[in-house]
Amino acid sequence: MAYVAIADRDHEIEHHAPTTFITKYIWSQDHKVIAIQYAVTALFVGLVALILSGMMRLQLGFPNSFSFITPIDYYQFITMHGMIMVIFLLTALFLGGFGNYLIPLMIGSRDMVFPYMNMLSYWVYLVSVIVLLTSFFVPGGPTGAGWTLYPPQAILPGTPGTDWGIVLMLGSLALFIVAFTMGGLNYVTTILQARTRGMTMMRLPLSLWGIFMATILGLLAFPALFVSAVMMTLDKAAGTSFFMPAVMSMGENLSHEGGSPILFQHLFWFFGHPEVYIVALPAFGLVSDLLSTHARKNIFGYRMMVWAILAIGGLSFIVWAHHMYVSGMNPYFGFFFATTTLIIAVPTAIKVYNWVLTLWQGNIRLTVPMLFAIGFIFTFTHGGLTGIFLGNVVVDLPLSDTYFVVAHFHMVMGVSPIMVVFGSIYHWYPKITGKMFNQTLGKVHFWITFLGTYAIYLPMHYLGFLGVPRRYFAMGDTEFMPESAFTLNQSITISALIVGAAQLIFLYNIIVSLKKGKDAGPNPWQATTLEWQTPDTPPKHGNWGPELPVVHRWAYDYSVPGYHDDFIPQNVPADATPATSEHGSDT
Amino acid sequence: MSEAVMTDTGDVLPGGAKGIVADFAADKQAFAVPWGKAMMWFFLLSDTFIFGCFLTSYMTVRMSARDAWPVPSEVFALSFGGEPIPLILIAIMTFILISSSGTMAMAVNMGYRGERNKAFWLMMATAAFGVMFVSMQAFEWTKLIVDDGVRLWSNPMGAAQFGATFFMITGFHGLHVSAGVIFLIVIGRRVKSGFYDRTRGNYEMVEITGLYWHFVDLVWVFIFAFFYLW
Repeated sequence: MAYVAIADRDHEIEHHAPTTFITKYIWSQDHKVIAIQYAVTALFVGLVALILSGMMRLQLGFPNSFSFITPIDYYQFITMHGMIMVIFLLTALFLGGFGNYLIPLMIGSRDMVFPYMNMLSYWVYLVSVIVLLTSFFVPGGPTGAGWTLYPPQAILPGTPGTDWGIVLMLGSLALFIVAFTMGGLNYVTTILQARTRGMTMMRLPLSLWGIFMATILGLLAFPALFVSAVMMTLDKAAGTSFFMPAVMSMGENLSHEGGSPILFQHLFWFFGHPEVYIVALPAFGLVSDLLSTHARKNIFGYRMMVWAILAIGGLSFIVWAHHMYVSGMNPYFGFFFATTTLIIAVPTAIKVYNWVLTLWQGNIRLTVPMLFAIGFIFTFTHGGLTGIFLGNVVVDLPLSDTYFVVAHFHMVMGVSPIMVVFGSIYHWYPKITGKMFNQTLGKVHFWITFLGTYAIYLPMHYLGFLGVPRRYFAMGDTEFMPESAFTLNQSITISALIVGAAQLIFLYNIIVSLKKGKDAGPNPWQATTLEWQTPDTPPKHGNWGPELPVVHRWAYDYSVPGYHDDFIPQNVPADATPATSEHGSDT
Repeated sequence: MSEAVMTDTGDVLPGGAKGIVADFAADKQAFAVPWGKAMMWFFLLSDTFIFGCFLTSYMTVRMSARDAWPVPSEVFALSFGGEPIPLILIAIMTFILISSSGTMAMAVNMGYRGERNKAFWLMMATAAFGVMFVSMQAFEWTKLIVDDGVRLWSNPMGAAQFGATFFMITGFHGLHVSAGVIFLIVIGRRVKSGFYDRTRGNYEMVEITGLYWHFVDLVWVFIFAFFYLW
């Protein structure tokens, strides 16, 4: 029995806009409000993690100067900084924030398919954040096991926060996974099943392809984290031995016996590596749209970009053990994972070339979003190249657990996605608020952040080659560390504090512009995608007024010869334009 | 069919093998199914990975355990006055759960035929089978805990991981069955009250419930094979 698509039933459905303050702004089921709730919560908790990183840098740059940072604090800061940034900021912001906002608008739908579940998703996410932050205030403080939470140390006395912190961390992760699943099922189903007339999969803006694939990765990868969280909680609370081998702790034999710590590492990285792409793929997608729009050129190789996203998503499930070369697993296993890791560089490189070719001979407008998008190409290429070092077993072994690794992953999945986050917030800010932000402040924010990034992370590569180990509270007097390593550490700290403080410019800009910004108009960037063609700015409940839009072309008709504008929105009928666009009638 | 087709937006779609691709990538929707059904499939895919991770972990832990693993045919034997019969309880439990899939399938059929009452009673029969299954599981747990002294963290018959994995995984599955029973009762009441006649005039929700129920059954087959037959 064929099922009639929503786009063809739109007239039969009654739409009820919420009327009270609470249903409009708090218990809201509107995807746009939920998106903003997600984004604000994620940015807030990200700010906490940023402050933590500042504290760590203070200690590393100027050891023995700050009595309020003890070794225990330091480990707790490391752990919370990593976990918050990866999961509670980036995952939540890209999928809960941008995913929620952009999916229904870009596909021409009125909302997510299950708005009520979408609302629950946010509130469970909020609870998970609160549980996580609660651990700062319990006896013993948050866990200091490192964001990878490796057993046995994660739950043994001696590691900070083994009483309460670790349990709250695991509980918070489990809640986050529940929240993500409720949201993620919505995103996937909405993209597949609720597109408007004419919106084929191959006409989706790349933003949505990135978010779509990332959500699928999340739905398949988070189960491994969920399972390991359950088992570690049992190991901690019920005395089971899933991950715990026979251990002597403080001179006593513990009751654990026969468990497998390596099992945890496999489960964790079966989640952890796709997680890298859960963060990276939405960034890839969003940055493609930013580059194309502000270079006034169609994205180079759209189909290849889509296939690259799918290939990266598939491959990301068979590379996880490259995080475990030094875990003691079989070296032949490492050979397999080194190979797959290098293969994944192929689709990734295709994407980078296509971004650069999109810029080539484009009519580049150096707006604030464009600056961040170009900055992303630099930082991502840089971090990707060091990834090739670390993907090879023999090169990885000496570099393992040094600052080279810290530099690599901060460039590739810290700074690069954050560049896209800033670029995308600036890009869609006029649509979300109806106001334009202050361009000058935005550019100042970009240059400090971009140059500061290199001031922070370039020296870390050198520290890594020297063999300076990561996660150490203080280096003390060691022979292999020259004086320059210590002065570099000071300079890194000063740069980090400046970059951290510069984020206040961003906050100031987006908050003050809410009131004082000029009216942006419906389509300030002259973009083609559907979200810029809404009847109201910001879009009202239901997004489209009485009629759903109809899509007649792909998302990248920029600078089509013979048309009076240098962009043709997706909902402009085919016969209103010159037939020069090869992709206009492409399915 | 290999001719090209024109859509209502004036686009020309290819025929043949390219047409299959075009169908999947067509506008409006990728699958001609209700949202809830598509979403349930995605959820079950995700849940498959949860159970997959649980079972893989169980196998790893069983191999890394230092003490001997208890012999399933002895541990799970039950005596009715005479010789202990191996796996008898679990055979009955499995039979009950598989039967419940049968009644569920009939309920889906009755739902689509619009026979509300029959669909309701078949769903209740399914829920009753589910309750029986969970009750027998509780009986099995009681025997292990009280008679054999197996705990989550220890096991007098050998490897401590036996108790840990067994209680964790069958417990997690039991929670799924219990959730399914609640799901069946909620949807069954709506079927009986004519809720779906009033709202959308179809009974796809019965089928969506059924998808979940069959999935929980299928998972049990794997748990049964890995825990009781290995």
